[in-house]
Amino acid sequence: MNFDFSDDQKLLKDQTARFLGERCGSSVVRDVLEGRAPYAEAVWQGLAEMGLIGTAIPEQYGGTGAGYLELCLVAQELGRVVAPVPYGSSIYLLAEALLLFGSEAQKSRWLPGIAAGEVKGALAVVEGREQSTPERIAARVAGGALTGSKLIVPDGGLADLLVVLARDDADGLGLYLVEAAAPGVARQPVKSVDPSRNTVRIDFDGAAADLLGKAADGWSALSRLQDRAAVLVAFEQLGGAQRALDMAVAYAKERFAFGRAIGSFQAIKHMLADMYVTAKLAESNCYYAAWALHTGAVDLPLAAATARVAATQAFQQCSRDNIQVHGGMGFTWEFDCHLYYRRSNFLALELGGLSVWEDRLVEGLKSRAAA
Amino acid sequence: MDFSDTKEEAAFRAEARAWIEANAPKHLKPYLERSGFGNTNTGPYDLLEESKKWQRKKADAGWACLQWPKAYGGRGASPIESVIWGQEEGVYGKLSGMFIIGHGMCGPTLIAFAGEADKERLLPKLAAGEEVWCQLFSEPHGGSDLAGLRTRAVKDGDDWVINGQKIWTSGAQHSDYGILITRTDPTVAKHKGLTMFYLDMRSPGVDIRPIKQANGQSEFNEVYFDNVRIPDSQRLGGVGDGWRVSLTTLMNERLAIGGGIATGFPDLLELVQALPLETGAAIDDPAVRSRLADWHVKAAGLKNTASRLLTALSKGDTPGPEASIGKLVAGTMMQDIAKFALDLQGPGGLLTDPEVAEGSARFQAMLLRSPAVRIEGGTDQILRNIIAERVLGLPEDMRADKGIPFNEIPSGGGH
Repeated sequence: MNFDFSDDQKLLKDQTARFLGERCGSSVVRDVLEGRAPYAEAVWQGLAEMGLIGTAIPEQYGGTGAGYLELCLVAQELGRVVAPVPYGSSIYLLAEALLLFGSEAQKSRWLPGIAAGEVKGALAVVEGREQSTPERIAARVAGGALTGSKLIVPDGGLADLLVVLARDDADGLGLYLVEAAAPGVARQPVKSVDPSRNTVRIDFDGAAADLLGKAADGWSALSRLQDRAAVLVAFEQLGGAQRALDMAVAYAKERFAFGRAIGSFQAIKHMLADMYVTAKLAESNCYYAAWALHTGAVDLPLAAATARVAATQAFQQCSRDNIQVHGGMGFTWEFDCHLYYRRSNFLALELGGLSVWEDRLVEGLKSRAAA
Repeated sequence: MDFSDTKEEAAFRAEARAWIEANAPKHLKPYLERSGFGNTNTGPYDLLEESKKWQRKKADAGWACLQWPKAYGGRGASPIESVIWGQEEGVYGKLSGMFIIGHGMCGPTLIAFAGEADKERLLPKLAAGEEVWCQLFSEPHGGSDLAGLRTRAVKDGDDWVINGQKIWTSGAQHSDYGILITRTDPTVAKHKGLTMFYLDMRSPGVDIRPIKQANGQSEFNEVYFDNVRIPDSQRLGGVGDGWRVSLTTLMNERLAIGGGIATGFPDLLELVQALPLETGAAIDDPAVRSRLADWHVKAAGLKNTASRLLTALSKGDTPGPEASIGKLVAGTMMQDIAKFALDLQGPGGLLTDPEVAEGSARFQAMLLRSPAVRIEGGTDQILRNIIAERVLGLPEDMRADKGIPFNEIPSGGGH
């Protein structure tokens, strides 16, 4: 048994960490959070130059073809610095959708630009404030033209190419590619819990839409896409959880009260130990899901849901308790704690909330028992 | 990442499987498979006798205490081979319960600190299950604060004379030998005045009294020492070096207890698939699903963390204090699962008769035994301290007894 990343993979992780450490400090995140920049463009270009955007895109389409284990580690480092770049939307959602469902022509047309960092993406599914269900999707494509509204599109304001879930003439759901700059696409910013992610509402009025994959297969295709994306988002969540824990531990060592470091009090110590345990379990579950993604294991849906639930819990707990350890200072705009608290809650909801993934997890347990 | 066996591992697995197929006590299999939590079921056959028979058979063929050197009754196998053996032994591994402390803790301590002649004489019999060992550490005044122990050893000629009391000694009533930590010098700081020995449990002056536990069973004992004589040749490590020796034992304890620890999750998953509620199978109830998902995350997280520990072992690394998380997570989890599973059964959950209650009263047994899981081998609170101090590097808590001679430390009057 060898349940660990290879030395080459760890080297890639270290290089990514070093680059992001130098170029994506919290002032860069704050530039986006406070509206001075739509995203961290210099970081995005640096990632492209290092070949990190095309980590899991095959060489024939302009990527490095390194693979999914490598992609997981890049995601973990991006999560650690709460990078304000549309990486997940462009890679886990758009590039993956093309790789899973795209025709040869669609892949050849779009993937090289994505790998080079020139084409950014977003997934447009959600239309209302309720949980999305197949019945609640009203956007419609008729004669290749899309009409309808998507209320919440993370990174939608940055995207060049959208993956949109919509109905066809026969009422079947399908995924469609829509160019964001095309006529009939209107974007309008929406305020979210994490303004460092560029979230918009999009109204389509006869925009040109190109079917991606099979007609009437959209909901199950979306589910497959989400299973894979969940693993990668889980690594981002894991990185964020670990960084929040590191921040809390460092502060508990340097902050003194009652004449001693607050980290010597068991009330603080035990809270930090519990954060460590949750993050450790999430890390191990993420590793297993990475293996399942990499090998295309049959229990990928269960492994993905397990990693997703574990990492959501870990990031939410660690970012919340990081504020608690910091005391009043943790509740200031000036300290970075809220960047992690915001991102943890954004990521917890972006692919569907905890209860949705708990449900998917239990379905996975049932399938495994039946197999 | 790769979960498959290497060529060597696959060959080892095949050899182990073939030997088990040809030699295992198959007449016990149907009973062992129905063993409830904390209870090894051997049907009409005697547990002690069958356990010893299987252990002897394994030892004769070189399948006992696999990681020990061959000269001491082991196989000189790697940690991974030892894990593969455990996977292949499967349900027959339940027959090893009475040897866990001897093999997991006493043996490694003897290997590290006993003299060569003692090792050659004692270890093969321990490996073969011919002699059973126990560990005499905890005391009424030395539990979490183990170094606060008071059992005295006073030198008298070539012997040491022992007086005092130990408690929570598992299996003392079946044991031939024990390893014993004592205070040899009360005038120095508490960690410095300790010395370790091994002794014959049938020595004059040793009195073993079973403890009736809160769950009605008696796994643990009190052991009293009244002028018990131990030859100095049975000392393990130097005089005053007992704390360091005990850390070797306890490190192995965490590995032995923390490895394949029970959480109750497989039992719960089985229950919720079979149990009907008003609206259908329990597993389709939203409240049940949410709890189930949460516990699966923990159970899978522990399993995957164990795989990472094995990977580290197979690369020759020593697992650090992070191995403490296993018992910390599993103890509370089992307690919560037991309560939840009984709640799903309604008033039927209050029955404890194995003939009448669901699943031979497995969740009732867990409910009543699980409080001890959170205490034995390091309480939840001590484990959190270990994680915080040794993994996260947080400063030690203030200690009122630090550097003070043992006989000047305030002791209060309670237990």
